[in-house]
Amino acid sequence: MPLIDIRDLRVSFGEGVGAIRAVDAVSITIEEGEVYGLVGESGCGKSTLLRALAGLNPNWSGAMTVAGQILGPRRSTAQYKLMQMVFQDPYGSLHPRHTIDGLLAEPLAIHAIGESDRRIVEALDRVGLDASFRFRYPHQLSGGQRQRVAIARALIVEPRVLLLDEPTSALDVSIQAEVLNLLDDLRRSQKLTYLFVSHDLAVVTHMCRRIGVMRAGRLLEEMTVDALLAGGTTHPYTRHLYRASAGYDRRLADTAEVLDDSDEEIA
Amino acid sequence: MTMIVLGSPLAIADESAPIVSVRNLRVAFDTPHGAVEAVRGISFDIAREKVGIVGESGSGKSMTGRAILRLTPPKARVSAERLDLHGQDLRALDERAMRLVRGRRMSMILQDPRYSLNPVVRVGEQIAEAYLVHRRVSRAEARDKARAMLETVRIRHPDRVYELYPHEVSGGMGQRVMIAMMLIAEPEFLIADEPTSALDVTVRLQVLAILDDLVQSRGLGLMFISHDLNLVATFCDRVLIMYAGRIVETCPAAELRRARHGYTRGLLESLPRIDKRRDRLPVLERDPAWRDAPAVSPREG
Ligand SMILES: Nc1ncnc2c1ncn2[C@@H]1O[C@H](COP(=O)(O)OP(=O)(O)OP(=O)(O)O)[C@@H](O)[C@H]1O
Ligand SMILES: Nc1ncnc2c1ncn2[C@@H]1O[C@H](COP(=O)(O)OP(=O)(O)OP(=O)(O)O)[C@@H](O)[C@H]1O
Ligand SMILES: [Mg+2]
Ligand SMILES: [Mg+2]
Repeated sequence: MPLIDIRDLRVSFGEGVGAIRAVDAVSITIEEGEVYGLVGESGCGKSTLLRALAGLNPNWSGAMTVAGQILGPRRSTAQYKLMQMVFQDPYGSLHPRHTIDGLLAEPLAIHAIGESDRRIVEALDRVGLDASFRFRYPHQLSGGQRQRVAIARALIVEPRVLLLDEPTSALDVSIQAEVLNLLDDLRRSQKLTYLFVSHDLAVVTHMCRRIGVMRAGRLLEEMTVDALLAGGTTHPYTRHLYRASAGYDRRLADTAEVLDDSDEEIA
Repeated sequence: MTMIVLGSPLAIADESAPIVSVRNLRVAFDTPHGAVEAVRGISFDIAREKVGIVGESGSGKSMTGRAILRLTPPKARVSAERLDLHGQDLRALDERAMRLVRGRRMSMILQDPRYSLNPVVRVGEQIAEAYLVHRRVSRAEARDKARAMLETVRIRHPDRVYELYPHEVSGGMGQRVMIAMMLIAEPEFLIADEPTSALDVTVRLQVLAILDDLVQSRGLGLMFISHDLNLVATFCDRVLIMYAGRIVETCPAAELRRARHGYTRGLLESLPRIDKRRDRLPVLERDPAWRDAPAVSPREG
C-alpha cells in the first residue's frame, strides 16, 4: 500500500464567475521512502495541493490517505505530526517576533516532545547553523539562513513525511548541496518520504525517481526521471520545461508565448 | 498577448558610462556579540548592462543592493568613498531627495516578495500606487497601467489577480507583482534581488526577456543578484562574485563556468546537473585565505 494516496483532489477559491479551481481532480500515490517531484508553472496549484495535504486548508474534496489514516477536513495532533511542511517563502513561515529558539521550541511544545534544549541545538547543527544563531530574530538572518531555520523547524518533531515546497530555491548553491545531501541522509536514516516541489529540474532529477507535471490545477503527466532524461515526455509543456531549464535563451522565451496562446484557458 | 511598451529610451550620452558607481562600500551591524561586517569595502561600476552578483548566502549581496538605495536596516552603519547615480552623489541627498530617487530613478525588487508587499492592500492597487507616487496621472489611468503591467509580467488572469491580496497569490505571482511594481515607474537602474527564484523556468524565461529588452532598448542598468549560476552565466553580461562581504573575482558571464577562483569553482561544482547524475553533491570547502584576499578592482572583468 502506498504511504500517500491522493484521489481526485479538488481545491477551489472564490465563488461564481471569479472562482478558480486551483487543484482540479489530481490523483497521486507515493510509496514509503520515495521522493516524488512535483513541477509545473507558477500558479498551477502546487502549494495549494501541499497545503491541503498538510491540513492547512480544510476546504478540499476528494480522498486522502496517509500511512493508512484517512484524512478528514480536521486533523488530530498526531496526524499533524505525520506530515510537516517546509514553506516556499522563508519570511512568511517564520514569525518575526520570535527568536529562532522560540520558533524551534514551539512545535516541540505543541507535540509535547521533551529535551527541547538538546533538540534545538541539534536541529540547528543539522542544518549548518551554529549555536550563535539560536537567540537571533528572523530579520537578523540572511534569506538562506532563514530557510535553514524553517527546515530545522519541520524536522524537529520527527515527522514521517516532509512536504517540501521549493525548499532550496532561496538557498545558495553550496547550502543547497548541503541541504539536498542532508535531506537524502535523513530520508534513509529516518525512513522519511518526501513530496518535493521545485521548479529546478536539475534539483528534481537529482532528488526524485518519479515526477508529476502540473499545469492550471491539473496533473498533466507523470513519468520517471529516467524517462524524462531520455526525452520520453509526451506533453509539449514538459518538453518546453526541459529545454527552458538550460538557462536563459531569448529565442526560447518567444516560443513560450506561442505555447501560451495556444493553451486552453482554465479558470 | 499584448505587450505594453515600457517608456522611451533614456537620454544617455555615452553607452559605456557608468550609471551607478560605487567605491569602497562598507556595511556593518553592531550586535551584542560584536560588529558584523556584512560588506567589507567593495567597488564596482554598472553601465547599461546586466551585471550578475553571485555568492553564497550571507556574503553581502542584498546589503550591497540595499546600501545603494539607502534601504539598509536602521542599525546598519554604511560608508562609501563614492556612491553615484549618473555622476550625482547619492550620499549628499537628504532623505526627502532620496525618496524621489527611489522608485522613480532606481528601484529594487526585494528578495522576499510577500514580505515586502502590504498584506491588507490588493496587489493591483499596490502597483497602481507605485505609479501614482511618481506620476501626475488620474487613478483610472494608474489602474489601467497597473493592469497592463500585470499582463506584461505574464500574469494569466490580470483582472482576477489585480483584486487579490498578497496571501492569495502564489509565490511566483507575488514575485511578478513585485517586478511589475518596480518597473512601472520606469527606473534608470534596477537592482533585482533573486527576482525569479520562485518562478518556474518557462515563466522565468519570459520575465527575464522583459528585463533584457529594457536593458537593450531603454538603456536600463541592471544589477542581478542570484544564486543560480547557470542563469547568471546565460543571462548576464558580467559577473561579480562575492565572498564574505568582498568581491573575490569578476568575469564575463559567458566565462563563468571557467572561473578560476577556488570559491567560484566550489560553487559551480555543487550544482546538481541534469546531464551528470551523482549520489552526493560536493559541498564547498572553505579556505580561510579567501576572506582576506585583496579587493578586486572595479575595472576588471
Ligand atoms: N487564499 C487564496 N485565495 C484565492 N486564490 C488563491 C488562494 N491561494 C491560492 N490561490 C490561487 O490558486 C492558484 C494556485 O496557487 P498556488 O500557490 O497553489 O500555485 P503554485 O503552483 O504553488 O505556484 P508558484 O510556483 O508560483 O508558487 C493561484 O491562481 C492563486 O492565485
Ligand atoms: N540586522 C542585522 N543584524 C546583524 N547582522 C545582519 C543583519 N542583517 C543582515 N545581517 C548579516 O549580514 C550579512 C549579509 O547579509 P545579506 O542579506 O546581504 O546576505 P546575502 O548575500 O543577500 O545572502 P542570501 O543569499 O542568503 O540572501 C549576513 O551574514 C547577515 O547575517
Ligand atoms: Mg507555490
Ligand atoms: Mg540576500
